[in-house]
Amino acid sequence: MEEQVLLTIKGLRIEGRSGDQWHEIVKGVDLTLHRGEVLGLIGESGAGKSTLGLAAMGFARDGCRISDGTIDFDGIDLRTAPEAVRRGLRGKRIAYVAQSAAASFNPAHKLIDQYCEAPVVHGVMSREKAEADAVELYRRMRLPNPEEIGFRYPHQVSGGQLQRAMTAMAMSCRPDLIVFDEPTTALDVTTQIEVLAAIRDIVRQFGTAAIYITHDLAVVAQMADRIKVLLRGDEVEEADTRSMLAAPREDYTKSLWAVRSFTRPEQPPASGTPVVSVRNVSAGYGVVDVLKDISFDIHARRTVAVVGESGSGKSTAARVITGLLPPRKGEVLFNGKPLPPSFKSRSREELRQCQMIYQMADTALNPKLTLRELIGRPAEMYLGLKGKALEARVRDLLSLIELEPDQFIDRLPGELSGGQKQRIGIARALAAEPSLIICDEVTSALDQIVQEGILRLLDRLQSELGLAYMFITHDLATVKSIADEVVVMEHGVVVERGAKTELFDHPHEPYTRLLLSSVPEMDPDWLTRLLAARGEHA
Amino acid sequence: MTILLSLIVGLALFFVIGHAARIALRGLAPAHYKPTFRDMPLTASFGLAVILVYVVVAVLAPVIAPFGEGQVLGGQYLPWASPHYLGTDKLGRDMLTRLVYGARNTVGIAFATTALAFVVGSILGIWAALVGGLLDQWLSRFVDALMAIPALIFSLLLLTIFGTSVLTLILVIAAVDATRVYRLARSVAQGIVVMDYIEAARLRGEGMWRLIRREILPNAVAPLVAEFGLRFCFVFLSISALSFLGLGIKPPTADWGSMVRENATLITFGDITPLLPAGAIALLTVAVNFVVDWQLHRASGLKE
Amino acid sequence: MNEIWRFIGRRLLLGILTLFVISVVIFGATELLPGDLARELLGQSATEETLAQLREQLGLNDPAPVRYWNWLTGVLHGDFGVSMATKKPIVDLVGARLGNTLFLALYAAALAVPISLVLGILAALWRNSIFDRASNALALTSISFPEFFVAYILVLWLAQTGFFPSMVRITGSTTFGDRLYMTFLPALTLTLVVTAHMMRMTRAAIINLLASPYIEMARLKGMSPLRVVLRHAVPNALAPIINVVALNLAYLITGVVVVEVVFVYPGLGQLMVDAVTNRDIAVVQAIALIFASAYVLLNLIADVLSTITNPRLMHRR
Repeated sequence: MEEQVLLTIKGLRIEGRSGDQWHEIVKGVDLTLHRGEVLGLIGESGAGKSTLGLAAMGFARDGCRISDGTIDFDGIDLRTAPEAVRRGLRGKRIAYVAQSAAASFNPAHKLIDQYCEAPVVHGVMSREKAEADAVELYRRMRLPNPEEIGFRYPHQVSGGQLQRAMTAMAMSCRPDLIVFDEPTTALDVTTQIEVLAAIRDIVRQFGTAAIYITHDLAVVAQMADRIKVLLRGDEVEEADTRSMLAAPREDYTKSLWAVRSFTRPEQPPASGTPVVSVRNVSAGYGVVDVLKDISFDIHARRTVAVVGESGSGKSTAARVITGLLPPRKGEVLFNGKPLPPSFKSRSREELRQCQMIYQMADTALNPKLTLRELIGRPAEMYLGLKGKALEARVRDLLSLIELEPDQFIDRLPGELSGGQKQRIGIARALAAEPSLIICDEVTSALDQIVQEGILRLLDRLQSELGLAYMFITHDLATVKSIADEVVVMEHGVVVERGAKTELFDHPHEPYTRLLLSSVPEMDPDWLTRLLAARGEHA
Repeated sequence: MTILLSLIVGLALFFVIGHAARIALRGLAPAHYKPTFRDMPLTASFGLAVILVYVVVAVLAPVIAPFGEGQVLGGQYLPWASPHYLGTDKLGRDMLTRLVYGARNTVGIAFATTALAFVVGSILGIWAALVGGLLDQWLSRFVDALMAIPALIFSLLLLTIFGTSVLTLILVIAAVDATRVYRLARSVAQGIVVMDYIEAARLRGEGMWRLIRREILPNAVAPLVAEFGLRFCFVFLSISALSFLGLGIKPPTADWGSMVRENATLITFGDITPLLPAGAIALLTVAVNFVVDWQLHRASGLKE
Repeated sequence: MNEIWRFIGRRLLLGILTLFVISVVIFGATELLPGDLARELLGQSATEETLAQLREQLGLNDPAPVRYWNWLTGVLHGDFGVSMATKKPIVDLVGARLGNTLFLALYAAALAVPISLVLGILAALWRNSIFDRASNALALTSISFPEFFVAYILVLWLAQTGFFPSMVRITGSTTFGDRLYMTFLPALTLTLVVTAHMMRMTRAAIINLLASPYIEMARLKGMSPLRVVLRHAVPNALAPIINVVALNLAYLITGVVVVEVVFVYPGLGQLMVDAVTNRDIAVVQAIALIFASAYVLLNLIADVLSTITNPRLMHRR
């Protein structure tokens, strides 16, 4: 690899505006990138990694401004250069690949028109040549029907394919540098592999330098030569990938590594009548069946993880249990007794027994109610608590979820952090004193360290209160740490179910194996090995 | 030339009033609301000040007005001179007095109409969004059909049938306007109804009334208040237009729309007196629009 | 493509259905009266004889569905009945005036649509600039003005100085050029009122899109601000913009009434106001139906156009 410096950032400070006040998002970061080198930027939300990535293009989002520092791209100072010069570089010598390709392709134009725009406007090549070039790059990105796919509109192409088409588009002018901003975060794990492999290959083939932004350590381990860790706009540490994975220096970095260490101890095998038993349920919207003849049980004191990729029907299963979607066929038993199909015909007692925690705490908590009312309402309704007793109960619940009652009881949800909001969701479910709690992707919107706290809390509550959990998730790391049993779903069918260790160690079904093997691991050689292994089988 | 001059005077007044009002509001506001007024644009403070003046004039009309509302004082179309500072009208009534009483009549009637339209429209709209299904379908299709007839045309039709008294005027305009409020309230409520916290409340087994009162209304207030301002402007302009056409508020009640109509002939002689009531209508509408615009801007800014 | 034709067919049917419902509402509104229409029209002092005569004339002795059917079939054959005030066939009253009103509305639209689209796009392009703020404040101000206020200011300013006539007299020998000249002030009034609305809504439709990731993508591809707005934002804002234009053209119909009265313009609005004053119910119903039909037609065209411009609907998976 040439040791020629391409990009140097020194003492960079970026401010964002809220109201009429400016606060720092990036607080004096240095960065050096050589030609052909891939630098991984890693950090949790609010670390400033996207802002820093965009600054490498001399770009600040609306409401942000670069307040200090220098950005030197191949001898051009991007801070002082006129806007026209910067515009001339963007798309031509520095390109960008966004997180959501579906949202970042213009819905009004065909893929190929969007591909050709940068080369033609920047005067790199003619329209005819660009079109031929597009087909070539689509082929290299292993897109199906490379001659034809460019003439489709974005909504006619799947998410994984769009992400590859966007990488091809970024390559259209053969830039010196590409900024990848979480390019696989929105994809399912099995799709993610293909995109990661395609991105890695093309970056290596053209010797393009890249800044790869992600919050997923295992992903960055596959992609980057060097890793820089950011925390709240500051650099924590930087090292080449292998040495950082082997021996992180700073405590924060170590804590990021340690996140997946939490595992729930093995539980005794389930016995007795299950709390909830789903029996041969088929359900759907309109004429389409989303669930096809699914069955599983959940016992007290146990956590059943329902795993699947988007569209597998795992959330629909929860809607059937709560009664929001009455099934077409089959039934749901509660402690051995059939539940009325619709929640409207269930008794208050039946409603109380089954509570739900949502993925987005932001939309699950009424923003205009105080925590006192949010948490107190179920207790008031179901248990008839009033006045002093109600207040005492709310305080108990707040202590239970590790929030100081005096400090929090009169706050509104808007005054809480993401993790705290999710805790309130848990407290609201607990207030009903249920026997089953359905957790719908409760940790997927949270940072890893916060996730860890929520998982530990849920685990503790389960042992103390003897709850049964139905844990809906697409994240197998979460499953590994909290589940006792696993139900794997694909296209509305239960593919496989069983005890966690059994299923993880000896998966029977091909889909389960594919799913398990697709979860990235910290080992930097993981992707290479996996592709090699799959190549042999294919 | 006069136009240019009045434009300059108008702009100067706008800045003076706007600045003064902003300083006053910042000073007088309770501590809790101070941030609200801190980054208020000039247009909004000007608007608030104007609205305040109109309210005071409307409430204190008999005290402020130099003469009686319908009092005929002699000479027609007298020029601007003491004691008739703004001259007299076609029947020899004091122009200033009628302008002051107009604030009470025109604005009062428009306000009552908007309030009525609002209560009916928003309750039906939220109800339809919450219940959904067939009720929502039928109600919305019916409202859609009514809205396919332009508002002024529909009002004219209804006024032909029911005759033109103040009460029918209020009822007719409120009925026509309630369809528009219904549409907005329904779409606002629909945005809220799909939220997870409504699903959670439903699964908890909450009743309809509590869902509306505790879960939906608190979250719908901000857009509905802004809409109230917009609807008021619309109603106010509609009533003024009808009065101007001779189909709204009738003499001898002092009303700005009909005052323009009665004295319109003066304009052909280059006399601007008939424009004063029209200007009074315009100024209040501008003021309300400025404040609403500010509120909408704030609401959209807070969302991010 | 079949999908599109099916959509247009469905939308057309819906339009016809809406028109039918409107005709029922317009005709049926008279049934809402608690008492007798004839007495309501003639007042308490009317004699039994005159009342009976009027009832006969209005056909009030037949049951309502029969009267509606007769009215509807008449309308469909171009027969709106006879005006009570003038005793003339309504078709004769409406005929020439409908042309005049359409002329005025189209004149105003031809001025307002291009001006407001250009201004709206410029305001979106230069958002938060002085131009944007000033045009926004100005637009808000002119939205707030009653039409007659705008009209009289223009009269005072342009007609007093003798540039343009403040009253419109159209005869058979008026040439097209004269017509444009004479109707300039009413058309300008309507333009001023409508432009503000249209410009603000166009600006909002575009700004709404400027926060989209694909707009950021276009900027990161090094595209100029003008190209970002014209090539990336506007094609996606077409549907809302088309609806904005339709909504405002429909608003012209309403605005026409007041403006016609101010400028003594021989159009439908003027006729309608006279008819309302005389409580000439048949004429009011006829004109209301004409205005409502124009309104429904505009919305229909807007819906179809915005469907055709949406690639998601035009190119299915």
